[in-house]
Amino acid sequence: MTTNALKSKSSTSGQAGDKIFSGTALAAGVLILVTLFAVAIFLLIQALPTFVADPADISGGEGFFAYIWPIVIGTVIAAAIALLIATPVGIGVALFISHFAPRKVAGPLGYVIDLLAAIPSVIYGAWGYMVLAPALVPIFEWLAANLGFIPIFAGPASQTGKTMFTAGIVLAVMVLPIITSLSREIFLQTPKLHEEAALALGATRWEMIAMAVIPFARPGIISAVMLGLGRALGETMAVALVLSTGNLIPSLIKSGNQTIAAEIALNFPEAFGLRLAELIAAGLVLFMITLIVNMIARGIIARHKEFSGAN
Amino acid sequence: MAKRIDVNALNVYYSKFLAVEDISINIEPKSVTAFIGPSGCGKSTFLRTLNRMHEVIPGGRVEGEVLLDGDDLYGPGVDPVTVRSQIGMVFQRPNPFPTMSIKDNVLAGVKLNGKKISRSDADSLVEKSLRGANLWNEVKDRLDKPGSGLSGGQQQRLCIARTIAVKPDVILMDEPCSALDPISTLAIEDLINELKSDYTVVIVTHNMQQAARVSDKTAFFNIAGTGKPGKLIEYNDTAAIFSNPEQKATEDYVSGRFG
Repeated sequence: MTTNALKSKSSTSGQAGDKIFSGTALAAGVLILVTLFAVAIFLLIQALPTFVADPADISGGEGFFAYIWPIVIGTVIAAAIALLIATPVGIGVALFISHFAPRKVAGPLGYVIDLLAAIPSVIYGAWGYMVLAPALVPIFEWLAANLGFIPIFAGPASQTGKTMFTAGIVLAVMVLPIITSLSREIFLQTPKLHEEAALALGATRWEMIAMAVIPFARPGIISAVMLGLGRALGETMAVALVLSTGNLIPSLIKSGNQTIAAEIALNFPEAFGLRLAELIAAGLVLFMITLIVNMIARGIIARHKEFSGAN
Repeated sequence: MAKRIDVNALNVYYSKFLAVEDISINIEPKSVTAFIGPSGCGKSTFLRTLNRMHEVIPGGRVEGEVLLDGDDLYGPGVDPVTVRSQIGMVFQRPNPFPTMSIKDNVLAGVKLNGKKISRSDADSLVEKSLRGANLWNEVKDRLDKPGSGLSGGQQQRLCIARTIAVKPDVILMDEPCSALDPISTLAIEDLINELKSDYTVVIVTHNMQQAARVSDKTAFFNIAGTGKPGKLIEYNDTAAIFSNPEQKATEDYVSGRFG
């Protein structure tokens, strides 16, 4: 009887190692899916009473939709203000680091921007509450006096500065590092070939950026902004501390408005029964909004991968 | 159009490293000049100093002078942006802008520095430049399609069209055929022959047959060893360099004994 020469000669312990490793990796992967699924199930089950309850019993007395839509709008307004401020600033800073700053400055500056992301959100909230809000009061008064005819700047301005506008600015500072560091990574990946092509045609540095860097980076910038949006939508602590809440109003410089995350955080400790289910249903809505935003961002990133910059 | 280049005692540094030492060379207008030599001998580096593209690499600087019809490229107050618009460059790998159409690629350099161009002027310039690059017949029906959809050889001719659209005085080519197949290489070589009736062409090549085929004069660069600066060993008519070189090193290189 001949023996098969191809028969494995490696020790059995090596094979066991392979099995343990692949088992661990599989378990880790499955665990994440199970967690996400469990969160979704938890939210659905706990929120269910809200959807079957008598509309008159819901906060506000007009049903869940009437309760949720003002704070959905509030959430979107806060995130929009944050992105309007953070996107141009973040892209500008990223371009400065990647293409303008001398190497000695660029390294530390990039590091400091990344550190901004490491500051706990409660610190941002405290800063917004104690420093930023009072400092903005004169600006709000000026806006109310001079641009008050525009509904978003309608007075009288808040005397504490704890407004939607302030919350938006705090959120902008919080999403800035996300937009900056992702954009910077993309800018640095611009093929040297395309940059040199532009320069060799007689482009100035700025024209080179407009011609070679920005078109290459556009999908990456979009996904960076989307991820920033995800954070701005879900941010709780900073808004809860900075915003003096109230009903949905168009003016951004008066007290009022509310976001979903802050609404949950502020009311959760005392809530029970149907009120608790309501807050969890609000959480479910937020979960769906951020999920959709993240899926759009992932979709854009995936499309970007197919389009490899090197032709 | 077609200016001469005179280089006097040029040293090129990357930070403190002396990459190319003491080059003096006179390049005639309306001619093709080839730079040959082994890898790392500084011929590409030297080529880039002719339109100040070496400054893109951090620490790149020169000593000495490069005169374009008597005007020093490195004189005080000279803007590298202006230099590069007069001395165009074609690179080793074809690099059309991937997000632009063929037409926009040709016009990319023309629209720089805030210049405006009317639609009819733009159309005729696109046709003229693409005809000048022997590409018009292949792309005239798809001018609005992306330039990255062309073959490698077509992309390289698109890059040449983009360069001549700016109406430079000199065209520098850094191994323009090294990423191309033999047929595309032939197309580019034919094109180089036509370009020299209007432009001064300087080409770096690893391919000695190519230098012999396309150039009027050839410069041989060599390096004494790793870490040593590259030097210009011999510069003469192409026929003389390949049949009757004066230097032993040139003879060894062109006869294939090294490199």
